[in-house]
Amino acid sequence: MHRRITGFMMALALGAGSFLPVVAHAQAAAAPAAAANAAAPAPAGNAAAPVFDHAAPVATVGQAQPGEWHFQDQFTSTGEYALWMHNHVLFPVILVISLFVLALLLWVIVRYRRAANAEPSRTSHNTVLEIAWTLIPVLILVAIAIPSIKLLAAQFKPAPANALTVKVTGYQWYWGYEYPDNGIPEYVSNMLPPEKALERGEPRLLGVDNRMVLPVGVPIKLIITGADVIHSFSVPAFWVKEDAVPGRLNEKTFTIDKPGVYYGVCSELCGDRHGFMPIAVEAVSPARFAQWVHSQGGKMPGEDEAAPAAAGANEAAAANAADAGAAGNAAAPATTNS
Amino acid sequence: MTTTTAEDFGGHAHDHHHDADHKPGFFARWFMSTNHKDIGTLYLIFAIVAGVIGGAISGLMRAELAEPGIQYLQTWAGMLEPGATEAQAYHLWNVLITAHGLIMVFFMVMPAIIGGFGNWFVPIMIGAPDMAFPRMNNISFWLLIPAFALLLGSTFVPGGSGNGAGTGWTVYPPLSTSGSPGPAVDLAILSLHIAGASSILGAINFITTIFNMRAPGMTLHKMPLFVWSVLVTAFLLLLALPVLAAAITMLLTDRNFHTVFYDAAGGGDPELYQHLFWFFGHPEVYIMILPGFGIISQIISTFSRKPVFGYLGMAYAMVAIGVVGFIVWAHHMFTTGMSVNVKMYFTAATMVIAVPTGVKIFSWIATMWGGSISFKTPMVWAIGFIFMFTVGGVTGVVLANGGIDDNLHDTYYVVAHFHYVLSLGAVFSLFAGFYYWFPKMTGRMYSEFLGQLHFWVFFVGVNLLFFPMHFLGMSGMQRRVPDYTDALAYWNGIATHGYEIMAVGVLIWFVNIIYAFAAGRQAGDNPWGEGATTLEWTLSSPPPYHQFETLPVVD
Repeated sequence: MHRRITGFMMALALGAGSFLPVVAHAQAAAAPAAAANAAAPAPAGNAAAPVFDHAAPVATVGQAQPGEWHFQDQFTSTGEYALWMHNHVLFPVILVISLFVLALLLWVIVRYRRAANAEPSRTSHNTVLEIAWTLIPVLILVAIAIPSIKLLAAQFKPAPANALTVKVTGYQWYWGYEYPDNGIPEYVSNMLPPEKALERGEPRLLGVDNRMVLPVGVPIKLIITGADVIHSFSVPAFWVKEDAVPGRLNEKTFTIDKPGVYYGVCSELCGDRHGFMPIAVEAVSPARFAQWVHSQGGKMPGEDEAAPAAAGANEAAAANAADAGAAGNAAAPATTNS
Repeated sequence: MTTTTAEDFGGHAHDHHHDADHKPGFFARWFMSTNHKDIGTLYLIFAIVAGVIGGAISGLMRAELAEPGIQYLQTWAGMLEPGATEAQAYHLWNVLITAHGLIMVFFMVMPAIIGGFGNWFVPIMIGAPDMAFPRMNNISFWLLIPAFALLLGSTFVPGGSGNGAGTGWTVYPPLSTSGSPGPAVDLAILSLHIAGASSILGAINFITTIFNMRAPGMTLHKMPLFVWSVLVTAFLLLLALPVLAAAITMLLTDRNFHTVFYDAAGGGDPELYQHLFWFFGHPEVYIMILPGFGIISQIISTFSRKPVFGYLGMAYAMVAIGVVGFIVWAHHMFTTGMSVNVKMYFTAATMVIAVPTGVKIFSWIATMWGGSISFKTPMVWAIGFIFMFTVGGVTGVVLANGGIDDNLHDTYYVVAHFHYVLSLGAVFSLFAGFYYWFPKMTGRMYSEFLGQLHFWVFFVGVNLLFFPMHFLGMSGMQRRVPDYTDALAYWNGIATHGYEIMAVGVLIWFVNIIYAFAAGRQAGDNPWGEGATTLEWTLSSPPPYHQFETLPVVD
């Protein structure tokens, strides 16, 4: 069974083409009831569910490096394009402009100091020059705008029908992740206390008890909202940041290239423990993702509801297609499987 | 009482021959002042006091951020409230960042640059005896005192887990509504209301003065660029502040009277507040920097002994920045979930601002080109301003790209960017203006050596302080946190050392002021020589209590 309601919400939000508020009330009542389970592990209560071994983080991937002075390596195509745009368009341009201004300043400081030039000129106009330094910056900005608009278009490309939907909810001060496509109800992701993080080889203030697990190579559609105040979901290694606003369902689409553990932080001031509600995404192969889903008591799309752990992909394929098609037609005719 | 008022407060004018330099008694002069120069002085003193408080707060922040982990916050919270919990300590952090932002914006930069230098020199530069509404000028200043008292007072009443408003200077709901129980945020909102009213009255005063009280021959196109900058700024204040007032009034009613303007559960929207706030907030950043542009133009011209290059282009570049500044606000909201078309528009519109700003940078350099430049203290600050503002400006072009901002939004890169345009931009222009006009305002010369030393120490300090923040932001360090993952320790440590050096620079400045008053030599009418052509240099130093009783004629 697929859930297409979120897709519909997204179509509404994008279709409106407006910055006027698109208010959805769905989340308004989602008080932090989950706080009670905060310390509990992921809801894998089923003793029969297979165990999933989480990957250890790699210190050089998906997190800040000591003393570095550049962006984190990127692991999504939009992130790679954005990084290319920064490193090969924006940074050279701003570096050259800054050095050009510095060179001009140094030149006038040396050449036109009083000792070198006792008699000032009275020149106060030069129409050609003034037109030039108005028009040339315009051309530079147009040159920047082209990749910039392309980047925005890529970032806003709607998720395909086979995208994996994950609902992300920001709470004071932890995250909740829900996998409606897989029947995994919301579980809570809390920061590991520093000593626990050390024990598990996780970076301090970034490691969490229950990571968000995502498959690589599969388009991901995050539906992001806030339960109490505004939070902001961000993963620098994916070039992703989207506010979690109460009353809104924000959407972010991306595809992760490589398995790994990628960290992020809440990026909107949300109260006392704003600095202590990190995000950890574990990207795994699709097969491992299915394992993880089963370990959580969930099922991959099309799997038999009665036997989630034992379900094979082949036997359910036909049912999957029929089910998905029907659900798509019913809820969102515009996004039927292609 | 009423019959004796004139006698008590120094109204002896009828008994004596008219004396332009006859000052009233102390209380009447400083507490009931209607004299633009005295009010300007009051504004400057106020701004220095507020700046020391706001700067000390940033010192606390840098101390805590010097190393990973929480070093001092718990202790400080315990000093304010014995037995403070961890939550109270973290709340204190949010109170510190909120207070630093609000104090520096509303109680340091704005009072200094508009209230201080604007009051002092706009009337003189246009050849007017005083401001158009001297009594309104008085209330503009004195409204700041209760406003500041309310803000400081808010830190002693509950505002959530602990005392004080911990919402950030942006005061976003729902954190500032349902997220901050207690009266602290209400007091902070009222503080902003009163400070806003003060600024609106000041803006009306400047606009009226500049339009109606120019000396014969002083056409708009002959006005010094500092006056132009204050005129544009006054219009920005007049149009932007009422929007802030509306936004925070709705915040107040949401908090206290159960309205739901910003409450999604009741059909409102938290994003509405952000749109209103930034419709004010973006012009606000130009309010802080435009008068600085004006000051820099005067100084560059004076010390290059050349008229400003491209005067009309300079004046209308400021007008253009002011106009475009009103239609770019949502670049502060790129990650709030706007549609792709809106994001593309705000990306393009924001980048447009780089054009008039570039005109200003190049015109300043062209003013120096061919000049006969002397590198006195104000000029050194002005040249420093040009380069540092350029650095802050180009990172603004990076952030203008909505797609790029998806990574940099709310990181230290943004902190670096706006401190380069404000802490190295607006503040450099303030120091430049201070050194430029100090001899005129006081009649005393400061130590040139200490002025130069102040510049170099401060310059090294702020660059060490803020440049590494670009790296921290690119690494993914978010704003407004008291602790960070260990990998970010290196640049944070450097930044804190930068703060220490900057603080030494500020101390040198205070030593220089003390030196000037204690031992500074007399400044003549015009200590800067033939390059200083505006009207203030035709007056004595300090100027007579009432100048231009006979209006000057400008040819």
